[in-house]
Amino acid sequence: MQLQFFIQLLIAGIATGAIYALMAVGFALLWQTSGTINFAQGEFIMFSSFLILWLMKLLNIGLIPAYLLSLIISMLLFGLLFKRLLVDPLLKYGDVPLIIATIGLGMVIREMTRIIWGANALPFPSLIKNQVLNLGPIRVGLADLVTIAVAMTIIIALQLFLNKSFIGRSMEATAQNQQVARILGINVDRMILYTFLINAFLVTSAALLVTPRLLAKFSSGEAFGLIAFMAAIIGGFNQVRGALIGGFLIGIIDNLAKFYLARIHLPFSDSTLNLSPYAPAIPLILLIVIILFKPEGIFGRKEERSI
Amino acid sequence: MSQDPNNTKLQHEIQGQRLLKSKLSPSYHYLMWALGLAIVLALILAPLWLKSYGLILLCTWAFRTIAVQGLNLTMGYAGQVSLAQAAFMGVGAYTSTLLIMKAGYNYWLALLIAMLLSLLIGFLIGFPALRIKEGHYLAFVTLGFGNLIWLVLRNEQWLTNGPLGIRDIPRPSIFGYSLFEPVKFYYFSLAMLALSSLIVWFILRSPWGRAFKALRDNAARSESLGLSKTTYTLLAFAIGSALAGVAGVMQAGLVEYIDPDSFLLWRSLLLVMMLVVGGSGSLIGPFIGAALVTLLPEWLRFTGEYYLVIFGIGVIIVMRYFPKGIAGFLPYLKRRFFTKEVQA
Repeated sequence: MQLQFFIQLLIAGIATGAIYALMAVGFALLWQTSGTINFAQGEFIMFSSFLILWLMKLLNIGLIPAYLLSLIISMLLFGLLFKRLLVDPLLKYGDVPLIIATIGLGMVIREMTRIIWGANALPFPSLIKNQVLNLGPIRVGLADLVTIAVAMTIIIALQLFLNKSFIGRSMEATAQNQQVARILGINVDRMILYTFLINAFLVTSAALLVTPRLLAKFSSGEAFGLIAFMAAIIGGFNQVRGALIGGFLIGIIDNLAKFYLARIHLPFSDSTLNLSPYAPAIPLILLIVIILFKPEGIFGRKEERSI
Repeated sequence: MSQDPNNTKLQHEIQGQRLLKSKLSPSYHYLMWALGLAIVLALILAPLWLKSYGLILLCTWAFRTIAVQGLNLTMGYAGQVSLAQAAFMGVGAYTSTLLIMKAGYNYWLALLIAMLLSLLIGFLIGFPALRIKEGHYLAFVTLGFGNLIWLVLRNEQWLTNGPLGIRDIPRPSIFGYSLFEPVKFYYFSLAMLALSSLIVWFILRSPWGRAFKALRDNAARSESLGLSKTTYTLLAFAIGSALAGVAGVMQAGLVEYIDPDSFLLWRSLLLVMMLVVGGSGSLIGPFIGAALVTLLPEWLRFTGEYYLVIFGIGVIIVMRYFPKGIAGFLPYLKRRFFTKEVQA
C-alpha cells in the first residue's frame, strides 16, 4: 500500500519534473552561451500560454495549430527581438545591468498581460482528456503519461541535436569557450541566436504542458521563473544535463513533499502534523544547502578561477 | 640620467600629456551646497504647505530611501545582487510589531532588536553565498530566502496572523511625547533618514568603505594587498540588510498594517530597480530612485494601469543608455559645465 502510493506520486512527480526540466534547460542554455541570467523566463512561459489561448479564439483553431503558430511568434519575440533589442546592447556592460533589464522586461510582460487579458485565471485546454488508468495496483493519470511522453520527446530531440548535429556541437563549443570557438571558425553570434530560439521553443512547449494543470494567470510567471532558476542551480547550470536533472528532481520533490508533509506522525502520540504549506520550502532549502556544500551544482563542473 | 637626450624628450612627452589640466570651477561647489541646503530646508518646511497625503508620500520616500541605501552598500559598493531587501524589511516589520504588540516592548528597544536580527540573518545567509567569489550566488540565496520568509509569515498564523496581516500597529513616542500625528511622524521619518544617510556616508568615507570600493573596482589587486573580499562583502550585505530591517519598522509604523504580501519578491525587485535607476554606487542615487518610484505613480496617474509598464520600459531604457543611472549624469554635468581645461 505504502509503496504503491509512493510509485504513483513518483510518476506524477516525473510528469511535473519533465515540464520543469523544459523550463530550466532553456534558462541554462542562455546562461552558458551568452551569460544572460534571464529573470523574465517565467513571464515568457506565462505569456506564451496566453498567446496560445488568444490565437485559438482569434483564428478559431484547435490547440495544436495554435501552439505551432505561437511557437513562431514566440521565437520572433523571445528569441530574435529579445536578443537583438535587449541582450546584445547590454551585454557589454557586464551581467548586472542585463539582470536588471530582464527584471524590468518581466514586469512589463506581466503588467501588459494583466491589462490585455485581465487579472482572472483562465482555463486552458489540455492535450488529452484525463482519465485514470489502472496498471495493476497502480493508478496513473493519462494526462501525466502524455505530458511525460511529449516532454521526453522534446528533451531527447534536443539532446540529440546538441550532441550529434554540427550546429549543436558548435553551440556546445560556444558555451564552453567563446574565444576558442571563434578561432575555430564558428559563427558565435549565430550560435547564441540559436540558443535564444531554442529557449523560445522550450518556454512555449512548457506553457502548453504546464498551463492545463494550473490555469493561465498573469502572476504565475514568478513561480515558473523561480523553478527554472532553482532547477538550473541545483542541477548545475554549466551543464544542460544538470538543468534537466534539477528540473526532474524539483518536480518529484514537489509531489512527494506535498503528500508526506501533510501526514507527519508525532512520536509518542496519535496526532499528526500538517506541514504541507511548507512543501514549497523544500526545494528552497535544498537550493541553499547545495550552494553551501556544492556550489557548482550536483552535476556541474567546477569552473576554473579566472583573474 | 636626465642628461640623456632621449630620456628628457620622453619626460617632456609624459609631462605634455599633463599640460592640460582640468580645473573645477568654484561655482560648482557653491551651487551644490546651495542646492543641497535648499532641498533639506524644503523637506523641513514641507508640512507648511503639504497636507497629510503629501506627508505620507514623503514618509514612504524616506523609508524606501533607507532600504535602497542598504541595497546600495551591497550592490553599488560590494558589487553583489541581493533579491531579498523587501524580505529583510518584512523581518524588521514583523519583529518590531510582534515585540511591541504581543510582548509589550518599548518601541525603540523593538526597533533596535529588529535591526540586530536583520543584521544577524544577513550574516547567516550571506556567509554561504559569499564564500564563493565568482558568480551571483548571493542573488540565488536571497531569492530562496525571500520566498522562505514569505512562507513562514503566511503559514505561522498563531504568530503572524497569516495572510490577514496585523492591524493597528502603534507609532512611536519619545519621552512620553507621542509621534502619532502625520507631521510628527514625518519628522521622525526625516530624522531616521538623516541618521541612516550619515551612517552610510560615514561607512563609505572610513577605511572600511574605501576597502569596499577597492574590492569592487579591482578585486584581484585589493586581495593581493590583504583585503578579504568575502569579509568585506559579507559586512556590506549584513549592514545593508540591517538598514532594510529599520526601513521595515518604519513602514509598519507608517501604514499601521502589515501582511506577508507587502514583502513579496517583486517588492525586492522594485527596490533593486529604484537603486539602479537612481544610480548604484552613488550616494545620492538612492534618494533619486526612491523619489522617482514614490512620486511617479502620482505624476503618471493619467496613465492609470499602464504605470508599471511605463516604469518597466523606463528601467530597460535607463539600463540600455545610462547604465550608471540618473545620478550618473552628475559627473557628466560637472565635466560639461563646471570644468575648464587650463595650462598646468
